[in-house]
Amino acid sequence: MRLFILTFLNGLTLAALYFIVASGFSLVFGLMRNVNLAHGSLYLLGGYIGFEVANSTGSWYLAVLAGFLSMAIAGILLQLLVFRYMEGQELRQTLVTIALSIILADVMLAIWSGVSYQFTPPAWLFGATPMPFINAYPTYRLFTLAAAIAIGIALWLFLNRTRIGIMIRAGVDDRGMLSASGVNVQLLFCVTFAIGAGLAGLAGVLGGSALSIAPGEDTRFLLASLIVVIVGGMGSIPGAAIGALLIGMTEQFGLAYFPTYGVVFSFLVMVVVLAIRPQGLLGRA
Amino acid sequence: MASITDKTEDKKAAPVLPVWLRGVRWYHAVVAVLLVIYPLIATGFWTVQIGAQSLILGLIGLSLMLLAGYGGMVSLSQLTVAGLAGYLVAIFGNAEWPAWLMLVGAVSLATVAAVLIGWISARTSGIYTIMITLAISVAFYYLVLQNDPIFNSFNGFSGVRPPEVFGVDWRAPLPFFYLTLGVVGLCYLFVLYLSRTPFGLALQAVRDNPRRMASLGFNVTAHRVAAHGVAGVLAGIGGVLLVWQNGQISPGSVGIGPVIDILILTVLGGLAHPVGPFIGAVIFILMENFAIDLIDRERFNTVIGAVFLVIVLFSPDGVLGLWGKLKSWLARQSARNRVDQW
Repeated sequence: MRLFILTFLNGLTLAALYFIVASGFSLVFGLMRNVNLAHGSLYLLGGYIGFEVANSTGSWYLAVLAGFLSMAIAGILLQLLVFRYMEGQELRQTLVTIALSIILADVMLAIWSGVSYQFTPPAWLFGATPMPFINAYPTYRLFTLAAAIAIGIALWLFLNRTRIGIMIRAGVDDRGMLSASGVNVQLLFCVTFAIGAGLAGLAGVLGGSALSIAPGEDTRFLLASLIVVIVGGMGSIPGAAIGALLIGMTEQFGLAYFPTYGVVFSFLVMVVVLAIRPQGLLGRA
Repeated sequence: MASITDKTEDKKAAPVLPVWLRGVRWYHAVVAVLLVIYPLIATGFWTVQIGAQSLILGLIGLSLMLLAGYGGMVSLSQLTVAGLAGYLVAIFGNAEWPAWLMLVGAVSLATVAAVLIGWISARTSGIYTIMITLAISVAFYYLVLQNDPIFNSFNGFSGVRPPEVFGVDWRAPLPFFYLTLGVVGLCYLFVLYLSRTPFGLALQAVRDNPRRMASLGFNVTAHRVAAHGVAGVLAGIGGVLLVWQNGQISPGSVGIGPVIDILILTVLGGLAHPVGPFIGAVIFILMENFAIDLIDRERFNTVIGAVFLVIVLFSPDGVLGLWGKLKSWLARQSARNRVDQW
């Protein structure tokens, strides 16, 4: 029972992180059909930059902010310098972002070397919260879960209740028509890319505090985002949430109960979903 | 009517070449001869580390070219299929299976895996194929890394060597090079032949317009899955050769790095023609071995990433595309000269 609850909570924490990363990926793909396979690199780079900021200012909050803002700027640059020139050319986008992520991974390795870094979250997040059955659970992980829920609600409100959100959703449905009705689509793309990439950077700091940041995490979170959005459905934020929950839980329960075959289960979930609904659980055909 | 009959008679009068010989030009023979005498003049390092390695990676790239160039499906799981075959050879070798059974078993199981991957990914198309196959290959990496009973986790297998058949030590540079050259050459000719068969033509038509092909009564999914199967055979053979050449296989051999390397060298050479992956492989291997003379060995990935980026940005058809552009530019120049002279 104890193992079950612990695994369940670990699954929730992981799902929270996956959701934050994957929702950014999904948002960018859903609106712009931009395939950003450098999304994992943005996660890791955001984490490193956040770490540098935390190191020099001593403030964890500033680190979170720096992670978000720096990657939001990186996202805008990506859109302006790369994606704007290859709209609709999915294969080229894929190849270019793969090339970028190779270069980024190598440069990050050169700067921050192979050691893993960990953040020190503020005192009130440190330590453990008493819980029934399992005595206590790290407060920070509960905070990650809360942060993911808050981000999810904020994204939902942003997309459904604000003017920009309405434009973004209109763009998902019919980009040409949106442009024809006088909306500056390029600006909208920049905003969306900034949010999507910023979320990856934010997750880098949050994830670096819950787990750690090290080379290889970029691939791990890219893979997680891919599976989550494939399972949940491209461009759907609720889909990303469901996908993240499913994959996070599967991974943790797999690891806890069948250590050597853990990863196979996430993969099986993906295969089963694809076999039944190729467009993902909440994706539109 | 009479003229038409005359024409056909004229054609019959010309020397008839078998279908498979019609595309052959003089430079094909030159390249073939050069490849055969290459190991006789090159040192062991150049024969195996550069020559055989390029041929093997080119073969795995060729399987990707078959899928991407003819089928329009960019798959990132070709190295994974190859790696599976390599792992199986190592495992069956440890179990002391007879050589032929080991080879047939490894390649056919890898092909089954490729068909399954094809079946999963052919349900979707375009970018989803890339993402799904990437997810599959990373999942396979983590599987072999974590799995002890079958895949021996992070140690993998070492001391894998080709079996001694006909009393020849296939591990020695010269025999291994000729073995590789022969096998890879056959695979290359097979792909050339396949591209002109009804299946190959249908596959290319499916790439260009799946909806029209579907309405003409072709089973689009079946063609895609079959292409994955054929590519799986090629990749499986490449994987067996690769594990024999390296003498070992471990999770690092099927990690995200080598998976992306196959994509890089195939795109670098060009996806439009089967020779592309081999050109790309030679460039890639030469860079890998000699870029360290110019820059720090640790920064090789930055260099290869940058080269890849430049190629993708400026010549989507790779080096072959550059060659094509150069040829048409030269043709334009000479045409202009002729006009000037007039």
